[in-house]
Amino acid sequence: MLANQIGYYSLILGLIFSIYLCVIAVKDFNNKIKKLNPNIITLSFLQLTFVIISFLSLIMSFIKSDFSNETVFNNSHTTKPLFYKIAGTWGNHEGSLLLWLLVLTLFIFLFLIKSREQPKKYRISTLLFQQLIIIGFFLFVLMTSNPFNYLFPIPSEGLGLNPILQDPALAIHPPLLYLGYVGSSIIFSASLAAVTQNYISKEWGQHIKKWVLISWVFLTIGIMLGSIWAYYELGWGGFWFWDPVENVSLMPWLTLTALLHCILVLEKRGALTSWVVILSITTFTLSMCGTFLVRSGILNSVHTFANDPARGIFILIFLFILIFLSLGIFFLFNKENNRDTNNFFWLSKESSILVNNWFMMYFLSVVLIGTVYPIFLDVISTEKISVGPPFYHKLITPFLAPFLLFMAFGPKLKWIKSKIENKSLLIIFLVISVTLTFLILKNITTDLLFYTILISAAFFLFFTTSKELFFKKFNNISQAIAHFGFSLFILSILFNGILSSEITTNIKVGERYNYKDGEIFFEKIEEKSQSNFNSIIGYFKVTNDKGKVVELNPEIRFYNQPIIITSEADIRTTLLEDRFLVMNIVKGNEFFNIRYQVKPFMLWIWISVLIISLGGLMSVSKKKI
Amino acid sequence: MYGKKVKLRFLFLVLILFSVILSVFLILQSLKSNIVYFQSPSEIKSLIELDKKKIRVGGMVKKKSISINPDEINFVITDFKNEINVTFSGAVPNLFAEGKGVVVEGFLKDRNYFSATKILAKHDENYMPPEVKEALGVK
Repeated sequence: MLANQIGYYSLILGLIFSIYLCVIAVKDFNNKIKKLNPNIITLSFLQLTFVIISFLSLIMSFIKSDFSNETVFNNSHTTKPLFYKIAGTWGNHEGSLLLWLLVLTLFIFLFLIKSREQPKKYRISTLLFQQLIIIGFFLFVLMTSNPFNYLFPIPSEGLGLNPILQDPALAIHPPLLYLGYVGSSIIFSASLAAVTQNYISKEWGQHIKKWVLISWVFLTIGIMLGSIWAYYELGWGGFWFWDPVENVSLMPWLTLTALLHCILVLEKRGALTSWVVILSITTFTLSMCGTFLVRSGILNSVHTFANDPARGIFILIFLFILIFLSLGIFFLFNKENNRDTNNFFWLSKESSILVNNWFMMYFLSVVLIGTVYPIFLDVISTEKISVGPPFYHKLITPFLAPFLLFMAFGPKLKWIKSKIENKSLLIIFLVISVTLTFLILKNITTDLLFYTILISAAFFLFFTTSKELFFKKFNNISQAIAHFGFSLFILSILFNGILSSEITTNIKVGERYNYKDGEIFFEKIEEKSQSNFNSIIGYFKVTNDKGKVVELNPEIRFYNQPIIITSEADIRTTLLEDRFLVMNIVKGNEFFNIRYQVKPFMLWIWISVLIISLGGLMSVSKKKI
Repeated sequence: MYGKKVKLRFLFLVLILFSVILSVFLILQSLKSNIVYFQSPSEIKSLIELDKKKIRVGGMVKKKSISINPDEINFVITDFKNEINVTFSGAVPNLFAEGKGVVVEGFLKDRNYFSATKILAKHDENYMPPEVKEALGVK
C-alpha cells in the first residue's frame, strides 16, 4: 500500500522536475556565462533518483505480493519464486515502461556528467531534446499505463506471470535491450542538438562515438539473449525465426551498425555529416516504432502484454511528433559543409565504409518491407498474409558474400587514398578458402556452388582477420576482433544450417524409434510437483551413429496460475554440437510428440556474437589516439 | 563542357538510382513469390482453382477428430460452416487440442484434404489468432 503511493508520487515528482529542468535549461541557454549552471546536473540527478524510487517501490510491491496494485495483481502470484517476482517487475507492460523511463533519465544524467568538455549550448540543447522524450514517456506512463493503479476490494491472489516468461533470461534480456534502444535516444537528442548548434564536426564525432558504441554493444547482447531464450524456451530449435517482433529489434541494430561505421568517417575526415544525422534520427525512430508495434498489440507474440488501443494511439502520435520535429529541425538547420566531402577517392577507407552503409540500408529495407508489408496489407484490405524465412533468406544471402569480401578488404585500406597491399597474400587466402570450402562441402550439400561462394567468402574474412589478430602490430584491434567475430558468426550459422538434422515422431512410453543414424528409446516418465507447476519428465536414451548414448530429460510443465502448458527442451551442449530434445503432449492421447535435433556449432553462434560485442567494448575503452 | 567532378557525380547518382531500383525490384519480386495467404475452410470450399502455393488455414480443431499414429497426426479443422481434413507429421505445439483454435501452414491436396508442414505455436490458452477470430466471425 505504502510502496504504491510512494511510487506513484515519485513519478509525478519526476515529471515536475522534468518541466522545471526545461525552464532552468532555457534560462541558462540564454545567459552569457560559459559554464553550465550546476543546478541542472543536480536536478537531473534528483529526477533520476525519483524514477529509481518509483521503480524500487514497484519491485517492493511485487516482492510483497501487494495485490492492491493492479499491475502486481495482473502479473504475479504468491506461489511464484522470489526471483521471478523481482524479474516480473519488468516482465509486463507497465513495469517495462517504467524501466524505459529509468534508462532515459539515467542516460541523460550520465551524458551531462560525461560531456563537460563540450560547448554549453550544445549540452543544454541535448538536455532539452532528451527531456522532451522523457516528458512524453512520463505522460504515457501516467495517462495510459500507470503501474500503481489501485484495486479495491483487494484480491487475495494474483493472476500470475506467463510461464514462458518465467525464465532467468527475463532478468537480463529486457534491461540490456532497453539500454540499447534507449541509448539511441541520447544519440538522437545529441545529433539534433548538434545540428541546431551547427556543431556536427570531427570533435562531435569523437564525442558521440562512445555513445553509439555503448548502445550498439547493449543492443547486440540484448538481441542475442532474446535469441538464446527463444532457442531453448519456445522449443523450435532455431535461434532466429524472422518473426516481426525479432525484426523490429534487428532494424535499429542495422542502422546503428551503419552509424557506427560512418561516424568514423565523420571523426577522421569531417565528412558525411548529414548522413550521420539521418542515421541517428532513423535509429531512434526505429526503436520507437519497435515499441509501438510490439506494445500496441498489432503483432501477436510473447511480448504483447495487453491490447489497449489508447496506448497504441499515444505512442503513434508521440512518434509522429518526434519524426516531424526531427525532420523539421534537420531541414531548417542543417548546413552541408562542403569542405572535403566531394573528394572521395574510390579506393579508400571512406568509400569502403560507404559500401558498408549501402549494404546495411539494403538489409534494412528487406527487413522493413518484410515486416511492415503484411501489417500494411491487413490495414488497407482484408487480406491476411505472412512473410516467412524464405523471403529473407532469398534476399539476404546472395548479398552476404560480397558483403563479407568488402569486410575483409575495407579495413585494410587507408584514409583518403589507398592502394591494395600484399596482393599475393590475399590471393593465397582466397585460394585456401575456396579449396577448404570445396573439400568440406563436397559430400554434404546439394547446392554446392551457392554455398561454396558464401562459405569461401566467410573463410576469407576469417583468415584475413585472424592474420590481423595474430601477426600484426595491433593498430586497430577492436575492429579486427569485431570483424573476426562476424566471420565466425556467419560460418557457424551457415554450417549450423547445412548440417542440422531433425527427427519428429509420435511415441509411447517404453517404445523405441529407429532412424537412419540411430535409435531413440523412451524409457519412462516421472511426475513431479513444484510450488507453481506440476511436471512430467521424460527419460530418453538417444543412441547416435557412433553408438554413443545420450540421456535427455525434456519436461512438460503444467502451470497452475495462469493455466498454461509449456515444454522445456533438454539440450546437451558441447563445443561441436547441441543435442536438443523436446516433447509435447496431445490431450487425451497416450502418444507423446517428440522432436529430436542435432544442431552443430550452436554454441559458436553465441560465442561469436560475444566476440563481436567485445570488439565494440574494446573500442569504447580505447584512449584517444 | 562539364568538369570531371560533375561527370563523376552524375555517374555516382546514376549508380545509386540504378541500385535502388534494382533492390526494390528484387524485394518486390521475392515478396510476390514468398507470401503465404490465409484462408478459412469455407473459402477453400469455394475456390474455383486449386493453388499449388503454400497457404495457411485456420479455424477450430473439431472435437473428437484427432487421431495419432507414430508417423502422423490427423485432425479436422472447422469454421462451423465447412471442414477440412488435415494430416501433419512434425512437432505439435502444446496448446494444440480439440476444441481450440489452430493455424496450420502447408499445401492443399484437394478441397477436402490439407497436408500441413507446420502447426503454428501460440502463446496462451485464451489467445485466438486474429485470422481465426475473423474466420469464425467472433468479435
